[in-house]
Amino acid sequence: MTLYRPGKGHLMIQFDAVHKRFPNGTTAVHDLSLEMPEGGVTVLVGSSGCGKTTTLRMVNRMVEPTSGTIRVGGKDVLAQDAAELRRSIGYVIQQAGLFPHRTVLDNISTVPLLLGWGRRRARARAAELLETVGLAADMGKRYPHQLSGGQQQRVGVARALAADPPVLLMDEPFGAVDPVVRTQLQDELLRLQKELSKTIVFVTHDIDEAVRLGDRIAIFRTGGHLVQYAPPAELLAHPADDFVTDFLGAERELKLLSLTPLKDVPQAPAATLPADEPVSGISRSDGRWRLVTSAAGGPLGWLDTDALPTSGTTGEAPLRPARALRDTDSLLSALNETIASPSGFVARVDADGTVTGVTAREEIHAHANAAHAAAGAAAARTAGPDSTAPVTATATPAERPA
Amino acid sequence: MTIDWSWIGDHTDDLTTLSVSHLQAALTAVFLGLLISLPLAVVAHRIRPLRGLLLGLSNVLFTIPSIAVFVLLLPVSGLTRTTTVIGLTIYTLVVLLRNTVEGLDSVPQKTKEAAKAMGTRPLRTLLTVELPLALPVIMAGVRIATVMSISLVSVATYIGDGGLGQLFTDGFQRNFPTPVIAGVVLTLLLALVADALLVALQYVLTPWTRKRGA
Repeated sequence: MTLYRPGKGHLMIQFDAVHKRFPNGTTAVHDLSLEMPEGGVTVLVGSSGCGKTTTLRMVNRMVEPTSGTIRVGGKDVLAQDAAELRRSIGYVIQQAGLFPHRTVLDNISTVPLLLGWGRRRARARAAELLETVGLAADMGKRYPHQLSGGQQQRVGVARALAADPPVLLMDEPFGAVDPVVRTQLQDELLRLQKELSKTIVFVTHDIDEAVRLGDRIAIFRTGGHLVQYAPPAELLAHPADDFVTDFLGAERELKLLSLTPLKDVPQAPAATLPADEPVSGISRSDGRWRLVTSAAGGPLGWLDTDALPTSGTTGEAPLRPARALRDTDSLLSALNETIASPSGFVARVDADGTVTGVTAREEIHAHANAAHAAAGAAAARTAGPDSTAPVTATATPAERPA
Repeated sequence: MTIDWSWIGDHTDDLTTLSVSHLQAALTAVFLGLLISLPLAVVAHRIRPLRGLLLGLSNVLFTIPSIAVFVLLLPVSGLTRTTTVIGLTIYTLVVLLRNTVEGLDSVPQKTKEAAKAMGTRPLRTLLTVELPLALPVIMAGVRIATVMSISLVSVATYIGDGGLGQLFTDGFQRNFPTPVIAGVVLTLLLALVADALLVALQYVLTPWTRKRGA
């Protein structure tokens, strides 16, 4: 059974009727057929013991299937030399798994050296990658234990990228770092992926991480069953069964909004006030709350015209914070800001941070509603009449909000 | 009990020769012990059922009294340095084998996994990942084995060897304490210097274990 057939591009990884039973009798993966197109992030998600890590590890033969075929780039993995196969596939291990006795540069050089690049070229490449993953050049001479968890993880990613493999396997790579660093690393991965367009297989037990990173999400159930394989928006709008619904959690609709960018939501002109305007001359005809902008046009905050100070400029008056949103921000962020904003409006800015207008709370609510309905309709459309369950997806993933 | 300093002054050459010979016997034994222990430890580490057998065997060998070992070796290698070294080597195995196995066991599974996942083959993993990471534990064994061997060389006086140990029999036979004291002090010095050098060697070989200003 083929669950996902991408409309375009080549298939990079194919699982065909793959079973994995461990010697102790447990079935880790049950009759898995899964196709991952070239480029893009496929997230394997599920609770522990669902077979997601085993699935990942079968791609580079760290685990071998009991039956079935796995192809990478069209070639059966079992027909290749295991060590050479592994060198051609990047692998980011849980908690980085760096070599404690090797410096950062030597860690990153691992695969190039195995491929016989020579020390000089391998080191040059390692230094280049250090920059790619956002680490300072002087980190290269340090040992892993001298780095923070987040830095170690970046080195782990650099090491996996060293020989420029087309496929990257990532096994809960951000599981051991704190939430703030985790978000940074996720952003960083999305940025890297935009540049590099690797075929990434990413394992996590965190559905939020899956929605954030995945172009496609495969949800596994205990016993190694693939339950649903779809782009995140479709998954959220149309979960295949109660298991998926439960797994997605109560805030499923909000997660969906996190995938919808703000750019289609119209904005009204904002009656802004420059920060150097004296408060004495302000009329109240433009509403109680006015957006104050800096000289550069950036938002400074909301001014309450019912509680104006007796003198000074608007910039000196007490302001309520305004978190301005870009077109690439999500509807969820906008919804959040409607709750925080005292004015009932959210401020909108362009890419440079200059105020372009405002959008009313009601407008955002209406669009949130419409986005939900549209996703549901799209999912219903793609589940054809001869499909037993809405697991076949052809919808291209929506453009991801930043 | 007084020390006859003039005797020491007259015998500096002898004392130097004996010290060198003493150290040679001990260090050769440790070196050979390491050479034997490494492959055996790898076998014991990889093949679980053999582990108990090999470690048990090294324990049993350790319990054989030293005189018995020399007597048993006489028909093979006679009253030679070879007999001394073989005897000492047998005793180093108990420490070296155990520590090397434990050193290999101490390498994190995750690190070995990483090596494999990067496409490192088993032999290269052993040489470039497992052994270096096991080094601190192995070196601890080497230090014990070295100090132990230096103190044990004297036993080979029974077969006419024994380095500084010869000073003990000499002093005992003549009821003259100075050579005995000199022998004890020099043995102690050799052990201390050898141990200090090994600590320095380990420092050089394991730069990743040092604290460095981050």
